[in-house]
Amino acid sequence: MSAILTSPRDRQGLRGAPFDPKPPASPNPPDIAERLEALWREAPGPLGWFGTVDHKTIGIRYIITSFVFLILGGLEALVMRIQLAQPNATTLTPEQYNQLFSLHGVTMIFLYAMPVLSGFSNYLWPLMLGSRDMAFPRLNALSYWLFLGAGIFLYASFPLGAAPDGGWFGYVPNTGREFSPGPNIDIYTLGLIFLGISTTVGAANFVVTLLRMRAPGMSVNRLPILIWGTLTASIANLFAVPAVSLACLMLWLDRNQGTHFFDIAGGGQPLLWQHLFWLFGHPWVYAIVLPAMGMVSDALPVHCRRPLVGYTLVATATVATMVVGFGVWLHHMFATGLPVLALSFFSAASFVIAIPSAVSVFSWIATIYTGRVRLTVPFLFFASVILLFVIGGVSGVMTASLAFDWQLTDTYFIVAHLHYVLIGINLFAVVGAIYHWLPKMSGRMMDERLGRWVFGFMFLGFNLAFLPMHWLGLIGMPRRVWTYGADMGFSTTNLVISIGAFVFAIGILLFLINIATALRSGRPAGPDPWGAPTLEWAISSPPPVYNFAIIPMVASRHPLWEDALDEGADRSRLATGFLLDNGKETLGVTPLDGEPDVILKMPGDTLLPFALSVATLILFSALLFRNGWIAAFGGAAAILTLILWFRPHQAPEAREKVRIYE
Amino acid sequence: MSETRTLDDTLPVHGRGQIGTPWWGMLCLFATEGILFAYLIFSYAYLGSQGYSDWPPYGPPSLSLSIPATILLVGSSFVLEWAKRSSRRGKLGLGRLGLGTAILMGAGFVTLSLKEWADKPFGLADSSYSSIYFLLTGTHLAHVALGLAALIVLLVWSLVGRVGAGHEQHRTLATWYWHFVDVVWLFVFATVYVSPRLI
Repeated sequence: MSAILTSPRDRQGLRGAPFDPKPPASPNPPDIAERLEALWREAPGPLGWFGTVDHKTIGIRYIITSFVFLILGGLEALVMRIQLAQPNATTLTPEQYNQLFSLHGVTMIFLYAMPVLSGFSNYLWPLMLGSRDMAFPRLNALSYWLFLGAGIFLYASFPLGAAPDGGWFGYVPNTGREFSPGPNIDIYTLGLIFLGISTTVGAANFVVTLLRMRAPGMSVNRLPILIWGTLTASIANLFAVPAVSLACLMLWLDRNQGTHFFDIAGGGQPLLWQHLFWLFGHPWVYAIVLPAMGMVSDALPVHCRRPLVGYTLVATATVATMVVGFGVWLHHMFATGLPVLALSFFSAASFVIAIPSAVSVFSWIATIYTGRVRLTVPFLFFASVILLFVIGGVSGVMTASLAFDWQLTDTYFIVAHLHYVLIGINLFAVVGAIYHWLPKMSGRMMDERLGRWVFGFMFLGFNLAFLPMHWLGLIGMPRRVWTYGADMGFSTTNLVISIGAFVFAIGILLFLINIATALRSGRPAGPDPWGAPTLEWAISSPPPVYNFAIIPMVASRHPLWEDALDEGADRSRLATGFLLDNGKETLGVTPLDGEPDVILKMPGDTLLPFALSVATLILFSALLFRNGWIAAFGGAAAILTLILWFRPHQAPEAREKVRIYE
Repeated sequence: MSETRTLDDTLPVHGRGQIGTPWWGMLCLFATEGILFAYLIFSYAYLGSQGYSDWPPYGPPSLSLSIPATILLVGSSFVLEWAKRSSRRGKLGLGRLGLGTAILMGAGFVTLSLKEWADKPFGLADSSYSSIYFLLTGTHLAHVALGLAALIVLLVWSLVGRVGAGHEQHRTLATWYWHFVDVVWLFVFATVYVSPRLI
């Protein structure tokens, strides 16, 4: 195996030269490259900028935008930590504190955690699958523009002091008109419905892409785990998002049209909100970690220089986690006075879900233990994911116990748990993934020495900030309260937590500097700087706009490690295959076996997704101001755009001759 | 030496039915919209079982308009399917005739539904029952209206020649969406009109 898996350290004699000086494993002959480039490249100027449907551009935009929201949410957290650093502080008023913790939660959960994974999946899916784009490129652009529009919508009222202030979960009756008369909650309800459209169209695109847009031979048992993770999350989103959209629509109607869905006076049921919200909320929690766990499962083995241990178990556990994840929503409602039978069932289900969740952890540990580890920065981040996941997972399974949950619900123990899970499995995995895949995206390596400082600050800062929160919760400090008394015994711990938060923030700042210097003057990466096995490393860094000049034919799970692993006579063929240069086109395959069965003509640049998002933004803004005429205008514009979207073109030839390169 | 070759083998372009990608996209739409109605029906049942002792508080809704409306909507699905199959066999005139008939039947459903709304003794904001009644039937009615708009656009395109014999995909997708809306109605009908008479 060592032939292709030499460590970067071994090559440092070539300072300034690419890490991987070899040409890409998937050839890109100049004459074909020129023809494909002309067919696929974006138009210059605004049409190309607003009209691009390239999954790589969209993926990078997703990542950058979600990082902007991560920084905004982080700054909100820092302001809160200044307020909480000392007892009886008055930096913030209670109302400002409510808005900050609500917007912090909404931002991190909805505008960072899911979109950043959509970004990675958008960028990586076609490259890993050996395809040229996603199944529906225009839908892909739409999901990004809608995400951006919903983010702007949710944030527009923040400078005016009217941001959502009912928590990310928005419980009624606190969020009803009686107790929240301002526009804050209307923005929350409409904003979540708006964002839900983006999530749904994006999820549908991932599902169809997985089923149809793969290289020949990429059967389901050869898919990278990231694909399994995002696929599972996408199917879950299709089924979960309508629950929260419906709940938000009902709350908006209750607040604006006088309906009685949640209002007890008219026969409504406040708990209906919690059921609908958590029917969505818990699957969503898994949707924002499973793709991140997938990235760890794919990238960690590269730095251990061996395949992932227990691929089949990890893939099936990913799906199993989500299936059980639909049956545990009631554990968010243990303290609401539900019947004991229901509580017992959901408590049991919440214990059971620990089993599939833990499979990946053991698989990662075994991979490290049996591998030959390279102590790179991505490895440090991925390995720390294991530790943080175990801490967050154990504190989670503890609260599956009713008695324990009743004691700790609404305390800082839960805050500690959810941050260990979300930052531990999502953010640490994402930062590791940036170190791992930025060389592919930009063609440049990130500096390892600065990266170690980044890891040190982030890891120490994070644990300093969140480990003591367990203790605070155990001694009874309630969450979502703007201050505490000096005599309560919370003061020192809170000061330590605030210091930890700033140390963590320094780590993030250094991380951004690390990216900036890499983009400006990083060492060239070459096609495969880590010696990784999957198809995205078979093409140049950054990849050409059409990804693969010759569509690869896949014969194993590790197309670039076949010689080193020597598992059989079958070899993937990268230099021979379908050419597909008769227009902007790619290959579709059968859902399970990956047999080629159709040629798909791909759309070029188009302004329709952008226009549809603007129309949607107008529609939702009009609903917020309850202006019927403008809402009707926005709706009509949206329908008109959809008609243009689906307008038929000249029916293409029914069949096309196959062109191959050999 | 490497070279490019054109084989005699051919592959379909875009493909029809399950060979193409839009069929699978439509399946995703059905999944997410179907579950939306499941959540609506769950909300109806939750409000009914946890709240009022009398549900519906106004007695079971009348069947005098909803039965004819149901017959119109379900019938329109059969007419539309016949229209699609006629077009596939190249009989575009028959296809347009069937499409137009289905549109009229769908419009009849919308008219009857609006008439039933207007005749109700209660309004949207009267109680939890009135709220979920209008939201459940209204969400469905909005889907019918959207499907109707799609069928009208399809008819116009067919009349002006934009959709021809080769555009099987467009006809198929619009037809499937209409079928889906019909099937959903059967669940809505069972919830709102049938279940109060059984329980």
